[in-house]
Amino acid sequence: MRRFNGVLHGQLWRPLLVLAAIVLLLPWFIPTPYIFTILILIGIYSLITIGLSLLLGYAGQISLGHAAFFGIGAYVSGILTAKYAISPWLAMVIGVIVTWVISYAVGMAILRLKGHFLALATMAVNIIFYILILGLDEWTGGASGLVGIPGLSLFQLNLGQPLYFYFFVWSIVLVVIVFSTNIVRSSIGRVLRSIHDSEIATEMLGVNVAKYKVAIFSLSAVYASLAGSLYAHFISFIAPPSFYITFSILLLVMVMVGGVHSIWGAVLGTAIIMFLNEWIRYIGQTYFQISGQVEIVVYGFIIIVVMMFMPKGLVDVFERLWRKIASARIKEVEKRKIAAERGDLA
Amino acid sequence: MDSMVQYLVTGLTVGSIYALMAIGFVAIYNITGILNFAQGEFAMIGALSCVSFVNWGLPMVAAIPAAVMLTALIGFIIERTAIFPVRNRSVITLIVITIGLSTFIKGIGLIIWGTSPHTLQPVVKAEPIKLFGAVINPQSLFIFLTVLVLLVILYVFFDKTFIGSALKASEKNPRAASLMGINTSSMSALSFTLAAALGAIAGIMIAPLTDATYEMGFLIGLKGFVAMVIGGVNNIPGAVVGGLLLGVIESFSGGLISTFYSDAIAFGILLLILFFKPTGLFSKAAGERV
Repeated sequence: MRRFNGVLHGQLWRPLLVLAAIVLLLPWFIPTPYIFTILILIGIYSLITIGLSLLLGYAGQISLGHAAFFGIGAYVSGILTAKYAISPWLAMVIGVIVTWVISYAVGMAILRLKGHFLALATMAVNIIFYILILGLDEWTGGASGLVGIPGLSLFQLNLGQPLYFYFFVWSIVLVVIVFSTNIVRSSIGRVLRSIHDSEIATEMLGVNVAKYKVAIFSLSAVYASLAGSLYAHFISFIAPPSFYITFSILLLVMVMVGGVHSIWGAVLGTAIIMFLNEWIRYIGQTYFQISGQVEIVVYGFIIIVVMMFMPKGLVDVFERLWRKIASARIKEVEKRKIAAERGDLA
Repeated sequence: MDSMVQYLVTGLTVGSIYALMAIGFVAIYNITGILNFAQGEFAMIGALSCVSFVNWGLPMVAAIPAAVMLTALIGFIIERTAIFPVRNRSVITLIVITIGLSTFIKGIGLIIWGTSPHTLQPVVKAEPIKLFGAVINPQSLFIFLTVLVLLVILYVFFDKTFIGSALKASEKNPRAASLMGINTSSMSALSFTLAAALGAIAGIMIAPLTDATYEMGFLIGLKGFVAMVIGGVNNIPGAVVGGLLLGVIESFSGGLISTFYSDAIAFGILLLILFFKPTGLFSKAAGERV
């Protein structure tokens, strides 16, 4: 029990319970399978954004190339299961290992860079990966994509069923959240935050900064790879455009809009951006009869406004609201106490 | 041999465009410390508004300056509304704001000009010129000439005029510049205006060769950024050489190895440069500030 308390430290169980409750209850209120698909995608993308939040919010390193790691997971899973009939679970593990090796090598090379240059280097990695999957069409199917990726099944449970897959994905998200918040709370997390504040000062304390940066970069890449494998099995068809820099940028926007200093911000940001996209598209099509990509105007505008006026992201707004409510309640209790004491005196 | 000259000419043509974009990046980056992801959208606005002006019946000589001025004005407005108020935020926040700006402007472009590509008539209507067995598009010559003239103008502006010197001073050392009585905040607006104008010129120059669409900004902006990094982020001549070099690398790798992988090769070279000489090929060594 004490160990359990250690893992679910402090107040973690509260938001976790809220999220679990939302996940459990939502299927009862979902009218269409289309929204269900979006909920599953939010779960899958949340895995990537949680990793990015560790990298960006805690270690202070930017990446505009995580779509590549997402793609490596998806393509390793896709190719091994669709062409070589290897067990999906084994393929997923191979995908994670491949991603870890590649991201470790890439990270060693580029994490010496900072700020804009790191952003550009990760973008370059993403573009090269994109061109490679287009070019190596013998394996990847090139521009026409890779088809016939089988669904997952777990202990005879067919995860091809959206409801089961939904629960499966979100339970992975919950596990990843617990794991990640524990990393943040451990000594590793403190080193990461110290790197975020000053790399030089951290190095002066005798910490091998490069090792930590590469480790957290690889961990976030591994999360992305896992998400990629799940995505490939869920959609059963993958094509290069899903893994271009535009997706990397979208991921960064999700993390920033949600709030970079908290892992919950990543999940919140992912959900909000996904629903916002769908909502704007829906409004545009039904009320203004516009189709195509016109929604990007509203979408770009919202990114600017959120970043200008809520630089800590939406999670910060929620937290402040929560604190206000909590402090109001405390004040209420104190007021009553004082009133009671006065009553005693009188 | 013939094809070598051809690759060189093609490379230099595209490279000149990248060089213009890179100068814009250098101006903004050094003065404000911002990497402007919306820089490519300036090229898009320049090219497409020029197309519109021509369609309204304006002659080319009037349409080009009008489009450049319009884009410069947009650059100025963007700096005042979305960049200046938040200039002290973290690098990542600013990157995301310029990404938002880029998305927003792209969307406006989509609403105004639609998805279909627009063609812009070349300024000089002449037969292609044959030189050393290579076929040179007159538009290429026009681009070289324009870039050359612009470089001279920029040189005069930065070295001979007061406002240019002030801009250069705020580029080199904003703090010292403001202590000397230079208003660095208006310099920030000036850098965006200048970068927008240069971006618009780049877009107008390239449009007759590749057609203009609302999506054209992203890649051209990215290449400009690469050119700036190759040349070293803090000098304009370096950025120009970086742009030309990038264009030539692309054209030769496209011609000799494969057009399909030419982008991959260009970005691979970029990674090597970042790995071995992160300050760029032509920058003087500078100590890192703690």
